[in-house]
Amino acid sequence: MFMQQMVNGFSLGSMYALIAIGYTMVYGVLRLINFAHGDIMMVGGFLGFFGMEVLGLPFVAAVLLAIVGAALLGMASDRVAYRPLREAPKISLLITAIGVSFFLENAFNVFFGGVPRAFPVPAYLEVMVEFFGLMMPMSAVIVPIMTAFLLSVILWILFKTKYGMAIRALAFDVGTVNLMGIDANRVITLVFGMGSALAAVGGIFWAVNYPSVEPMMGVLVGLKAFAAAVVGGIGSVGGAVLGGLIIGFTEVVVIAFFPELGGYKDAFAFIFLILILLFKPTGILGIDFEKSRF
Amino acid sequence: MQAMINKHFLIKVGMILGTVWFIWFANGHFDEYTVRILNNIAIFVILAVSYNLINGVTGQFSLEPNGFVAIGAYVTALLLISPDAKSYQYAIADPYPFVMTLQSNFVVALLLSGLLAMLLALVLSFPVFRVRGDYLAIVTLGFGFIIKILAINHPEVTNGSLGLNDIPEFSNLYWTGGLAIVAVVVILNIVNSKFGRAMKAVRDDEDAAIAMGVNTFKAKTLAFCTSAFFEGVGGGLLAALLTSISPDLFDFFFTFQLLIIIVLGGLGSTTGAIIGTVLVMGGSEWMRFLDEPMNLFGYETTAMPGMRMVVFSLVLIFIMLFAREGVMGKRELTDLFKSRKKGGK
Repeated sequence: MFMQQMVNGFSLGSMYALIAIGYTMVYGVLRLINFAHGDIMMVGGFLGFFGMEVLGLPFVAAVLLAIVGAALLGMASDRVAYRPLREAPKISLLITAIGVSFFLENAFNVFFGGVPRAFPVPAYLEVMVEFFGLMMPMSAVIVPIMTAFLLSVILWILFKTKYGMAIRALAFDVGTVNLMGIDANRVITLVFGMGSALAAVGGIFWAVNYPSVEPMMGVLVGLKAFAAAVVGGIGSVGGAVLGGLIIGFTEVVVIAFFPELGGYKDAFAFIFLILILLFKPTGILGIDFEKSRF
Repeated sequence: MQAMINKHFLIKVGMILGTVWFIWFANGHFDEYTVRILNNIAIFVILAVSYNLINGVTGQFSLEPNGFVAIGAYVTALLLISPDAKSYQYAIADPYPFVMTLQSNFVVALLLSGLLAMLLALVLSFPVFRVRGDYLAIVTLGFGFIIKILAINHPEVTNGSLGLNDIPEFSNLYWTGGLAIVAVVVILNIVNSKFGRAMKAVRDDEDAAIAMGVNTFKAKTLAFCTSAFFEGVGGGLLAALLTSISPDLFDFFFTFQLLIIIVLGGLGSTTGAIIGTVLVMGGSEWMRFLDEPMNLFGYETTAMPGMRMVVFSLVLIFIMLFAREGVMGKRELTDLFKSRKKGGK
């Protein structure tokens, strides 16, 4: 029973982690809380749904469609809504982000309806497998493995490629990056693309796990993933994963042992967020943005 | 200089007297539907002006109104509903005994609503304002969700998702309009005081403000608590106007409306917040046709509930991208009467 809950927690935490990485990377380069990130995850889930139901694609192809579509949407949101405001006061940027988020939620609500739609989970993900003596669906095994794989890809890009070096430099000092002849806007576009692609994968996993998609599914998940990014240390990819796992585990374990707290499940992430802001505002693995400004 | 102060003073007194006369006139002459909209506008003026204090004047992006308004509404509702009405409406769970004994008059109820909201704001400001304001938005957004979760999960107090009904209808134009005047006067006085200058300094350049010895934590907390107080009071007025409340009323759309109001009016301008309220509340009534079935070039579209919200969000993005100043920018009404010769602003 305990091990079973650990696996569930790991699976849920992986999904938060995938979404938290997008928050943390965008915050790193723009100091922007991208409120629309959770909704991009929702769009990813919907694209997967449409790919399978409407276009009749196999699951893997639908996932690829969702990844590409969400990445394009993320880059477009930056190009249209955020880039014109680079020099504006930060509050304008945040307000625009809220606007984009609200727009995506309501546009999907109006055009595709607010009723949750059943997600067609392929049979091979629902097969029960035995794993260290535990019976669990295939998806619970695949989600953490995929997360680990994607995380290593992201870390490889960040630390072993020229683009990654540019992203890290941008997080450090925008002015100098421009002086070095790097096109900051291209790097920021890349960050939005990468973050949104991961969010799409997270959205598909979410849709597989709860088998449904609906326009508001990204709101709470997005908020919790942001809390996870802050808990782990905003600006740090490893921290986002750590924070996601911590919050995922807490939700699963607390409810397993105190079922009467079930109604408050959604509040745990915020309690974590407030505690971490009180006692260690930079998060567990965080970079001190306050100091690095000077 | 003396003459200019007198002129401004006269303008302000004139505006207040004009509003008082308008409230008196509207109460006697307008039909019920118009008075209802005016009541709504008055309450939203209170909310918008106080929301503008933290977002526009202090420059800290916050998404709190729905949470504090919900608190104010529930406190007022619990204090006003008669024990008789309480005894039959708790359908999900039996109320705690203390819920039955809660009772007060309208003034005390509104004051307690405001004070409780203010106290919670004070508690929240410690974790949030210790770091730069970045996290305020997300913490307040989460706070709104938590309030809703608490309201749904404590049917012994709030009657869960069914909400509270039969709240006596105390709010009328004298209450809502009168308190709107009070809120505007109090907030304008704060903005023009030493504290207001500290808040604007935090908005314009926080590092410089710190260097000049401004206690930025105090300035932000004061702004946040003041807005929370008036949002609590506004929530109380709203509960006593609608006569029934439920957790769904206070979802994020509530905050979003206020955000559009202050952005449209001009972030940082109290006059702008009032103008924005009239424009958005009026426009919102007018845009109801968007949610209905439409006849577009001969094609009959089906009803699209929620279309208004899509338009609202596009309006918000559009203002931010192309007309960031809104209607008033950071100016106030009195600035429009200032002579340009003497420099000034």
